[in-house]
Amino acid sequence: MINFEYARAKDIADAVSRIAADPGAKFIAGGTNLIDLMKADVEQPPRLIDISRLPLKSIEDTADGGVRIGALVPNTDLAYHPLIEKRYPVLSSAILAGASQQLRNMASTGGNLLQRTRCYYFYDVATPCNKREPGSGCSALGGLNRMHAILGASDACIATHPSDMCVALAVLEAKVHVSGPAGERSIAFADFHRLPGDTPQRDTNLNRDEIVTALELPARGFAAHYTYLKVRDRLSYAFALVSVAVVLELDGDRIREVRFALGGVAHKPWRNSAAEAGLRGQAPNPENFKHAAELVLRDARGHEHNAFKIELARRAIVRALGQAARGTPQSQSSKKIR
Amino acid sequence: MARTSRAARPSRTIPVPEKISVRLVVNGVEAKLDVAPWTTLLDLLRDHLDLTGTKKGCDHGQCGACTVLLDGRRINSCLTLAVMKDGAEVTTIEGLATNGALSPLQQAFIDHDAFQCGYCTPGQICSAAGLIAEGKAQTAEDIRELMSGNICRCGAYPNIVAAIQQAMQASGGKP
Repeated sequence: MINFEYARAKDIADAVSRIAADPGAKFIAGGTNLIDLMKADVEQPPRLIDISRLPLKSIEDTADGGVRIGALVPNTDLAYHPLIEKRYPVLSSAILAGASQQLRNMASTGGNLLQRTRCYYFYDVATPCNKREPGSGCSALGGLNRMHAILGASDACIATHPSDMCVALAVLEAKVHVSGPAGERSIAFADFHRLPGDTPQRDTNLNRDEIVTALELPARGFAAHYTYLKVRDRLSYAFALVSVAVVLELDGDRIREVRFALGGVAHKPWRNSAAEAGLRGQAPNPENFKHAAELVLRDARGHEHNAFKIELARRAIVRALGQAARGTPQSQSSKKIR
Repeated sequence: MARTSRAARPSRTIPVPEKISVRLVVNGVEAKLDVAPWTTLLDLLRDHLDLTGTKKGCDHGQCGACTVLLDGRRINSCLTLAVMKDGAEVTTIEGLATNGALSPLQQAFIDHDAFQCGYCTPGQICSAAGLIAEGKAQTAEDIRELMSGNICRCGAYPNIVAAIQQAMQASGGKP
């Protein structure tokens, strides 16, 4: 870790003006990812702007029946908040599937969105990486790529987004509220994270002089039919090989609404609107689920060490859709997958 | 493919910044220190306050050996900048005993032989104290899941779970 200066933001406007004034500066909140990256010399900010004391820690009902979550709400507080547990249980479940309780106590809501990939080569400054050093090459393409993307990747980058929480936010269709020098704006969750293309150094569409202030969940929480199924190399405290968030609503013996997103397989939580549309109005049975999974994975591409993820994702989608339809969500304590 | 190296990366030399005053209450005792911005809470405890019970394992938030309670919640002190926690209360393994008597959790770890080399133990015990305070664990399965941020390479896990169950019972917690 190199030397750096430290400043504490007084309010949101102060935070924005400080980051705009210093091109190398970074915001710090929970610090669970940034400090780790600084220890690895992947990030070398000359100045940290501490935003952890800004008043962005509340969870409130919104006028239209949704919930607004301050960007500095710790992951644990969000997962265990009565409003979230009761109305958006897929979000609680996904958060509790990720990291450890210590890290969840520290990590902020906004920071979870902005965490960087755990690609080994991104972390290893002795190797080329287009995300860390644009134009240097991708070491994962011909290297150890067990954890890497099977969907939406490019020749420049096959990294995955590591968040569990974001996979749930994708199916809940959250909005991300941000503030910057030009004022406030909100970004639809699907438009927040980017695919790597030829600019893998940009993870999100947040400008560097903007700050995430809140997330907003719409009224529909899908509390009756949901699941977050995470498949990984050990039973706890590991990043997903494949994860699936599902929310759905049934109308008698038919699917009225269904949304599902994959984690661990792409540079952002992965949804496929055609696969979801194909399930609406259909019966919630394994044949229809298999067909939906086929549609999602039709364009999947594996690499030397991760081709198994395609079949794993196919099975995980079918299993997760079944769990949600039956109303038997995956437990994050008992690891038995039913 | 072009290889780059640490040495080849542009290195920016930042002038050594001023130290920053931090006030913490550590195990009930006020501590005022001047620290560099990059001093982690873990290094502050070990190197500035000589509280070496808290261990440095991976220094990357992966092993849990550095777990302490910050304002009553368990965190990884290795990923915490001390300057960000001005005014906070910190409890380390040294602060769990009262008047020389081990806490029920410490006694339970001895009763159940819940360690071998002992390096992870301070972190395990502080993490377990946080777990009991959270009140979310109802079953042994829950304990295992909620203790997964603490690695024990000696593999004392079954005894650690038994020790935590004993301490939870003693404190009126569930299993």
